[in-house]
Amino acid sequence: MQETITFFSGFSTPDLWFLADAALKTLWISVLSISIGTVLGGIFGWMLHEGKWMAALTVGSILDIFRSVPLIIQLVLFYNFAPMVGLSLDPFASGVVILTIYTAALVSNVARGGIEAVPVSMRKASRSLGMSYWQDLRHIVLPIGGRAVFPAWIGVVLGVMKDSALVSVLGYVELLKASQILITRTQEPFLILALAGAFYFALSYPISRYAAKFEQRWAQ
Amino acid sequence: MIEIRDLHKHFGDLHVLKGIDLDVKKGEVLSVIGSSGSGKSTLLYCINSLEKIQQGSVKIDGIDVHAKNTDVNKLRQKLGMVFQQWNSFPHLTAMENVALAPRIVKGKSKEEALYIAETQLKHVGLGDKLKNYPSALSGGQQQRLAIARALAMEPEYMLFDEATSALDPEKVGEVLDTMRLLAEEGMTMICVTHEMGFARDVSDRVAYFHQGVMEEIGPPEQIFYSPISEHTKKFLANVR
Ligand SMILES: Nc1ncnc2c1ncn2[C@@H]1O[C@H](COP(=O)(O)OP(=O)(O)OP(=O)(O)O)[C@@H](O)[C@H]1O
Ligand SMILES: [Mg+2]
Repeated sequence: MQETITFFSGFSTPDLWFLADAALKTLWISVLSISIGTVLGGIFGWMLHEGKWMAALTVGSILDIFRSVPLIIQLVLFYNFAPMVGLSLDPFASGVVILTIYTAALVSNVARGGIEAVPVSMRKASRSLGMSYWQDLRHIVLPIGGRAVFPAWIGVVLGVMKDSALVSVLGYVELLKASQILITRTQEPFLILALAGAFYFALSYPISRYAAKFEQRWAQ
Repeated sequence: MIEIRDLHKHFGDLHVLKGIDLDVKKGEVLSVIGSSGSGKSTLLYCINSLEKIQQGSVKIDGIDVHAKNTDVNKLRQKLGMVFQQWNSFPHLTAMENVALAPRIVKGKSKEEALYIAETQLKHVGLGDKLKNYPSALSGGQQQRLAIARALAMEPEYMLFDEATSALDPEKVGEVLDTMRLLAEEGMTMICVTHEMGFARDVSDRVAYFHQGVMEEIGPPEQIFYSPISEHTKKFLANVR
């Protein structure tokens, strides 16, 4: 009995709430970046598809940079250099900005793939029915292409959610940063990292399950 | 009436249609035959403006298809088109496939659009497949679905681009029967086809295309039994 108490010394129920609150922050920063990033990525993907080489040269190469440079470097660079151009953002806002662009860069490729997954002849068929370019995009390309690349998009979502841990380097107290604080105080790295892992799992698992359900329904 | 005058179409350096002159009257059924690459599909695409043209004109009931101020989305409602690939929308049921365009293009209410869809699906013999997704339909059924989908826009002209070429041989008949039914109902049709029996029995006129030129046009008896052009003779000898 005595032993168990010393083992858990330092970690208490309020710490659990502290972690839970940090998990919510991870969720919040992810939801924000992923939703804005997905919309932007969709637009960029459309530009890459439609704009041919002009867009590929401009938008394409800019997005290539964001896809290729490690996220942690982007975050630190942006956080430290943005104030120089008069953009003084707190760690949260900086994190959202970079994660959003990063998501958009990943989603743009997914979105272009989705558009290209719709056969040209099917789009000709919808246009031949009198649908406008935008009606075809909204009612044919979005649902058909969207379903084709949905698994890839879910992959991006789960990836960005985990990568959001990197915002901790700016001092924003999300799940990983909170764990580090607790580890320093309690000297219980295994317990706390296991708990943090469980929280990440609790955030990701419902998404994977829900996604699988959708895919199953569409497969019919 | 469809009036085509001196129509030229290029794909880059490739001169695909070399001055086509062709009139199709209301109620007429025209079959277009010819070897692969002779420009038959391209002709249909130029008629409903899925492809731009470089010279000449196409008029539908007096409206210049390729004029800048022509509303092609509106014009295309007059022209139904059926493709070689049946192009069913996989995310919609048979009924929703047919109802979509009447609803979003013509602004019909959902109930109206579904009623039209049901009527047209029954028309092509798919009355028992209303709620099926395309994946549960055979090729022949999907092609009839495509016909119903085009008919739901109440077109005055139907363009068929080798509607039976991608089908299993035993499914060809049901689609040809549907096309025959439309012809009997008085629909104006241009049918690009490799089905010589259909061209001979159903059409009022047959046009033979060779390397971007309309070599010969006339009643089926003339084209099939006493063709003038050497190319036509050779082509027909090969397909028989
Ligand atoms: N989008 C395009 N870009 C470039 N060339 C094209 C395009 N579409 C068709 N062509 C070319 O134009 C020519 C005519 O093509 P088209 O599809 O009209 O022939 P077709 O008579 O319908 O042949 P098939 O019986 O094989 O369908 C072909 O040489 C083809 O390669
Ligand atoms: Mg063709």
